[in-house]
Order: sequence, then structure tokens, then C-alpha cells
Amino acid sequence: MKKLLRKDNIKNLSSYILVIVAFVVCQILIGAKAMPSMYQSLLIPVCVYIVMALSLNLTVGILGELSLGHAGFMSVGAFTGVAIALALKEVITATWLLLAVAMVCGAIMAAIFGVIIGIPVLRLKGDYLAIVTLAFGEIIKSLFTNLYMGIDPEGGFHIGLITKPEDLVEGSKMLINGSIGISGVQKISTFTAGFILIIISLIIIFNTVKSRTGRAIMAIRDNRIAAECVGINITKYKMTAFVLSAAIAGAAGALYSLNYSTISATKFDFNTSILILVFVVLGGQGNMIGSIIAAAVLTILPEALRQFADYRMLVYAIVLILIMLATNNPTLKMFFDKIKKAIRFKKKEEAKEDM
Amino acid sequence: MTFLSSLISGISLGSVYAIIALGYTMVYGIAKMLNFAHGDVIMVGAYVCYFAFNSFGLPWYIGVLLSMIICTILGVVIEKLAYKPLRAAASLAVLITAIGVSYFLQNAALLLWSSSPKSFPQKFFNIGGKSGFTIFDGKLEISYTILVTIICCVVIMIALTLFTEKTKLGKAMRAVSENKEAAQLMGINVNRTISITFAIGSGLAAIAGVLLCSAYPILQPTTGSMPGIKAFTAAVFGGIGSIPGAFLGGLLLGILESFTKFYLSTQLADAIVFGILIVMLLIKPTGLLGKKIMEKV
Repeated sequence: MKKLLRKDNIKNLSSYILVIVAFVVCQILIGAKAMPSMYQSLLIPVCVYIVMALSLNLTVGILGELSLGHAGFMSVGAFTGVAIALALKEVITATWLLLAVAMVCGAIMAAIFGVIIGIPVLRLKGDYLAIVTLAFGEIIKSLFTNLYMGIDPEGGFHIGLITKPEDLVEGSKMLINGSIGISGVQKISTFTAGFILIIISLIIIFNTVKSRTGRAIMAIRDNRIAAECVGINITKYKMTAFVLSAAIAGAAGALYSLNYSTISATKFDFNTSILILVFVVLGGQGNMIGSIIAAAVLTILPEALRQFADYRMLVYAIVLILIMLATNNPTLKMFFDKIKKAIRFKKKEEAKEDM
Repeated sequence: MTFLSSLISGISLGSVYAIIALGYTMVYGIAKMLNFAHGDVIMVGAYVCYFAFNSFGLPWYIGVLLSMIICTILGVVIEKLAYKPLRAAASLAVLITAIGVSYFLQNAALLLWSSSPKSFPQKFFNIGGKSGFTIFDGKLEISYTILVTIICCVVIMIALTLFTEKTKLGKAMRAVSENKEAAQLMGINVNRTISITFAIGSGLAAIAGVLLCSAYPILQPTTGSMPGIKAFTAAVFGGIGSIPGAFLGGLLLGILESFTKFYLSTQLADAIVFGILIVMLLIKPTGLLGKKIMEKV
């Protein structure tokens, strides 16, 4: 019991509880028809962005490397997921199973890309690493806007870059259509699937962080040279964290794309990567519950500001700047530290009295 | 001839990248922050010049001067309001604030000037009613815009190098970028030096905005973001924090992009350019002219 109530365990548990309570409340609101349809349509994007923020937090917060191309992995997952869902539509009739298969395939493909990208990227450090992830994000976007993939009546795939594949026979179907992307997607994503994905990501991340692997990763973050000296294989552990983060993002991408009828590569550009990074930094690096709250609030905020119409993004920008200024203000920080100290002191006093 | 003309247009594009990259690299060198709002300052500069030229009918040099003044003020104000309170904060916090400023500028521009693209006066730099001259018996045409862009870039480069090497203020800037505390102990006003760096960077951004839009005459609130990203890449490519590095990186990136567009593929130009960049960074991880930092254990 004592072990279960350790500080980090309590923190992790509270993340699970928060997600579950939020899910139940949303389900009750939907059941009672008390939720406006605008917010209902936001439920799946919120889930997706929460998972994206969690996965990026693994790279930025736990591994301590800045990544500016996280949307690239989302894009890989999205295109793989949709292509799989379209190709297997006749084979698997149960939509939940189709969605699960699409998400798993998206995650696997994103993980493969994670390995390919990770090998060169993780040799670099700091801003140079950041710029290479940015470059990879742009490359992935550029490739997907020029990718054509068709499926002929016999079930064979044809792939072409820049132009449509020439050997495509009549009666075949285009899956990915260059800059138009994929259209005619069956919307099979559900809020429940999003909820399950969040829980699975949380389980994976918390267990990784608590394991030997996680401790090695954090040792690299805190002091790379010291970690190397005690015999930690830097490349291996950096790669583990990076690929894991990519895979989770891929699954989220599949879920995201199967929520819309069309999907194009321009949706996953540099701005999306930055958006997710904003969630992570505002929520606190390495703080998973913070990421969840920040992602949810900042996804809903622009929609909730709709009454300001044209001014909403302006207000969003000002809010963002003000939050950053307020959270880093030394006077405010000192004030909060004092409160924290006072609470801790009180607890100690009580503990003494109990003895 | 295709080779020469693509080389010349590459150098011209590269000059614009280089001017933007100079702003990035100077601010990075001294404040250790990635100023993501830099690309949007370019956009503001281009808009100011557009209105001065089109709505008020002012001559182009006054337009450029006006946009430089406004951008300089804008840069200093941004620095005072958004970045100065975060001097001691973590670098990621400053990065997010810069992104916030970038969103702010883009959306303010959207509200003020609407999202419909404005066509920048195409024959902006005219001499004697002509927009360019030809060499090799009329086989190769060079527009004055390209010529002005390249000359501007070279002049700025030389002026900046002289400024940082010879003047007292330039020395102060180098000292601050080397070691803030030590510079302060030597009696350098660190805050003022940083503000001046921002002012210079933003003034350069205004010039870059005008040059960029005279070459690619479509002006809208998102005009600055993609050149901003590319110039930032160029700055890292050349070794961030180094002024000659930014110049070289910008020029190489422009030439690379132009050649890829001419010889390989227009659609995949971005992918190929970024791909080459990654390969280069793997061979030389601190950029072309970047300093190798030895780690102390």
C-alpha cells in the first residue's frame, strides 16, 4: 500500500483518473444531449492532440531533445491508416476492428520512419537536432503532397511520385491523389477509441519512464557525459524514446485522419508541429498531466473564442504570450513557492503533532 | 544559358535568404533564442512598403526607409514587451513566446490588411523605364531587381562585418554573445546591446521583405513564414551565431533551391533542398562556419 502511494505513483494515478472522469462526464453529457454539437465534434481532435502532446513530451520532456517535426510522424500514421482502412474495407467489416488495425499499422509505419529519421537525427545535438527534425517534417509533407497511389481491380498497388502511375489499368481506384490527398474516407473514428488510445499511451509512457530504460533516458537528458561514463548506450536509449514517441504519434495520426472524409498532407505542416510543442511547453516538460490539460484547453479555446469571430486567433496569440510571461515571472514564481512552502510546513507540523 | 540564368536567380534568392538569416543569426548569437517572429517582421516590412508605394504614391526609397523605421520600432517593442521579461527563463519558454508573437503579427496583419493576396508592384526597381538589361547579345536577361538584391546583400554583409569588427558597439555585441556576465562586469549595458541587435535584425528584415516581394510579388499575411523557415535553416546550415556563416548558408541554400527547381523537380524542390541540408549537417554537425564547442567534463 505504501509503495502504491508514493509521490510519483499518485501523480500517475491522478492522470488516469482525470482522463477517465473527463471521459465519463463527456459520455453523460452526450447521453443527456447537453453537449453542443460544436464541442461534440471537437472530442476526437482533442483526444488526438492529447496523445500527440503526450508523445512529444516523451521526446522533449523525458529525452530532452527539441523536435520541430512531430507532425511528420502524425502525417505518416494518417496516410498509412487511411490507406489501410480503404484497402481492407471489404475484408474487415467490424469498424472498431478496422480502426484498430489502421491505428496499429499507422503506428508501425511511423515507427519505421522514426528509425530512419532517428539514425541521422540523434547524432546531432541541440538546435542542430531541432533543425533536422524540422527539415524531415517538411520532407515528409513534400513527399506526401506528390505521392500518388492507386489500387487495380486485382488488388495490386501502384505507386507514383509527382505523376500518376502509368501502368494503372482501367477500373482501378486512386487511393492517394497527390496534393488533393485522400478523399472518400469512411469516418470510423470514435470518441471511445480516442479515450482508449490516451489510456494506452499513458500506460506505455508511465511504464517506460519507471523502467530501467526510462531511467537511462532521463540520465542521458540530465547529463549525457556522466551517463556515457557509467556505461549507458546513448544511441540505443535515445532511439528507443524517439521511436516510441513516433509510433504513438502515428497511431494518433491514423485516428485523426479517419475522423474526416478527406485528408491532405498540408494539414500536417510546420504549424501543426509547433502547435503540439506549445501544448508540451505550456503543460510543463516531462509533466504528462500538464500536457493533457494544455492540449485539451488549447484545442477547445480557439473554438470557444468563436464569438470574437475574426479576433479569436489574435486573442489566442495574446493569451499564449501572457501565459508564458506570467509563468516565468520571478515575482509570481516566488509567490507560488512561498505558498507551496507554507503548505508543506503545515503538513510537517501536523505530522509532528500526530506523533 | 539555363545554367547561368538559374545560377543568377539562385544567387538573388540566396541573397534574400542571407539577409533574413543575418537577422536570425545575430539575435541567436547574442540572446541565445530562436526568434520565430522574424519571418513575420519581414511580412510587415513588405506591407508598409507596399502601402507607401501604392496608396500614398511615395517614391520607392522613401517606402523602403519608412518600412525600415517601422520594422525597427516593431522589433524593439517586441523585444521590450515579450522577450525582455524572459531573459532568465528557459530557452523553450522564450521559443514559445516567439511563436506567440509570430501568431500575433500574422493575425493582426490578417485583420488589418485582409487575407486576399496583394500584388506587389512588379517593376519596382526601374531605371530609365526599363526593368532590366541583357548581356550575351540578348540571350541572358537580368532584371534590375536581381541586381539590386545582390548589391544590397553584399553591401549589408560588408557593413555588418565592419560594424561588428571595428565599432565599439559591435565589439560590445561580440562580448555579450561570448559571455554575458563578463561583459556586464566590463561595463557593457547588456540589455541595451540586445535591444540594438533586435533593432538591426528587424531593420534588415524590412529590406529583405521589400526585396523578397519585388522578386515574388504576392503579398499576404503568411508571406514571411516559409522564407523565414528557410532562412533559419540557412543560418543553421552556415553555423548559427556566425555572420559570414549566415551569408554563406543563405547564398548556398538559394543556389541549391534554384538548381533543384531547374534541373530536378519543381514539386520536390523543398524535399530535395532539405535532404541535402540534412546530409551536410551530418558531415559537419555544427554548420559550415560554426565553432566547434569542446565539452568540459
